[in-house]
Amino acid sequence: MFQFFLLPFQLIQKSLEGIGRYVELMASMFRSIFTWHKNLNLVIDHMYQIGVLSIPIVILTSLFSGMVISVQAAYQFESGFVPNWFVGSVVGESILMELAPMMTALVMTGRIGATIAAEIGTMRVSEQIDALESLSFDPISFLIMPRILASAVMFPILVIIADCFGILGGLIAALNSMDVSFVEFIRGLRNWFRPWDAWFGLIKGLFFGLAITSIACYQGFYTTGGATGVGKSTTATVVVSCIAIVFLDYILAALLL
Amino acid sequence: MIELKNISKSYNEKEVLRDISFSIPHGQAVAIVGKSGAGKSVLLKCLIGLIKPDGGTIYVDNKLINSMNLRQLQNIRSSIGMVFQFGALFDSMTVGDNISLALQKLTNLTGNEITERVIDSLESVGMTGTEDLMPAELSGGMKKRVGIARAIAIKPAYLFYDEPTTGLDPVMTDSINRLILKFQQSESVTSVIITHEMRTVYEVADRVILLHEGGIQFDGSPKEIKSIDDAIVQQFITGDSTLV
Repeated sequence: MFQFFLLPFQLIQKSLEGIGRYVELMASMFRSIFTWHKNLNLVIDHMYQIGVLSIPIVILTSLFSGMVISVQAAYQFESGFVPNWFVGSVVGESILMELAPMMTALVMTGRIGATIAAEIGTMRVSEQIDALESLSFDPISFLIMPRILASAVMFPILVIIADCFGILGGLIAALNSMDVSFVEFIRGLRNWFRPWDAWFGLIKGLFFGLAITSIACYQGFYTTGGATGVGKSTTATVVVSCIAIVFLDYILAALLL
Repeated sequence: MIELKNISKSYNEKEVLRDISFSIPHGQAVAIVGKSGAGKSVLLKCLIGLIKPDGGTIYVDNKLINSMNLRQLQNIRSSIGMVFQFGALFDSMTVGDNISLALQKLTNLTGNEITERVIDSLESVGMTGTEDLMPAELSGGMKKRVGIARAIAIKPAYLFYDEPTTGLDPVMTDSINRLILKFQQSESVTSVIITHEMRTVYEVADRVILLHEGGIQFDGSPKEIKSIDDAIVQQFITGDSTLV
C-alpha cells in the first residue's frame, strides 16, 4: 500500500533523472560538434541513410496527404458558398504549414528514430560502445553527433520534398474530383501563399528532426538489459518522439505565428 | 605497473567491489577469477576508466586515472588493448576495418602500413584472409580471435582480456590460451585476464586473484591456489557446490 503512494514520486524522480541525462548528453554532443570535420565521412553516410533513403516514403505519404486534403476540401465546398479554386489555397497552406513537416516527422520517427535507437542500443548491450571507448574514441562525437548533424541538414530538405509532392497530390486529386482547372488551382495556391508559411514549415522540420534523432540517440545510448532493453528503447523512442513532435508543433506555432 | 588502492563500487546499494587493493608489476600475467557476479568485469572496466569507482585510486604507469578527463583517459587507453567477452566487433564494419579503425586513430601509420599491420595481426591469431568478412559471418571463437587481433594491432603495453575463453569448445579454449601465452612471452606485455576457467589460469597466469563477495579471497600463484586450505577457494577451483 505504501509503495502505491510512493509510485508517483518515483516516476517524477525517474523522469527528472532522464531529463538530466538527456541534457548532459546533448551538452556533450554540442561540445563535440566542433570536431564535425573529423567525422565528415560519417556525417555524409548518415545524411544518405537518414535523408536519401527516406525520400521514397516521404514522397508516398506526402502525395497521399495532399490528395486527402484535396478530396476533403471538395467535400466541404459542395455547398457552393466557397469557390472551387480555393482548393489550391487550402492544400497549399495545409501542406506547407502543417502536413508536410508533421507527416514527415511521424514517418521518420518510425523509420529513423527506431533504427537509430536499435543500432546504438545494440552497440551498448554488445559492448561495442565500451570497445569504442577502449580504443580512445569518444562515442558521442563518433555515434551521436554525426547522426544529429545529418538530421539537422536532411530534415528540412525532406520537408521541401514533402511540400512539393503534397501539393502535387492535391493538384492531381483536385483535377480528378472537382470542377477545377490547373490554372485555377495554381491561382488558389498563389492567392494565400506567404513565404513565411514555407519557412515556418522548414523550421518545424528542423526542430522535429533534432527532437527525433536526439531522443533516439539518448534512448539507444542508455540502453540496458540485452535484447529486451533494445526493444524497450526502440518503443520508448517512438512514443516519446511522437509526444515531443505534437508538443513542439504547438510551441512553435504559439511562438512563431 | 598497475596499482589499485581501496577500490569500492556499488550498484543500487549492492556492494560489487569492497576495498580492493593490489598491484601488478610490468610483464606479469594476472588472472582475476571468481563466480559470476563477483565483480570481475566491473573491476576490469574500472582499470580502463570505463567505470568510475565510488572510492579508492587506480594508477596506471603512476598516473591516477580516476580524476582524468576524456583526453587524458584516451592517452592512457592508447597503451591498453582490451579484448571483450564476445569480441565487441563493430557490426557495420568488416574485420579489416575493425582493426584498422584503432590504427588510424592511435598511430601515425600510412595506409599501406596499416594494411600490413592488419594482415600481420590477423595472421598472428590464425585468421589470415578474413579481412573482408563481416562479424556476422564469424563464429564465436573467430570473433574472439579477431577481438584479440584488434587489441594487439596497436602494440599495447597492457592487454586486458574479459572472459576470453568463456563459451568456447576445449580445442578453441586451448587455442586462445596459447595465443594469450604467445603475446605474453613475445611482446612482454602486462596481461590481466578475467576468467572463471581454471584451465586458463593454470596455462596462462603467473598470478591469480580470487574475488568473493566484492573482496579478495585469495592472491597468489596458480600452484598455491591448488593447495590452500580455504573452503571458498577450493569450492571455486574444484567446482564442487557442496563444499560451502
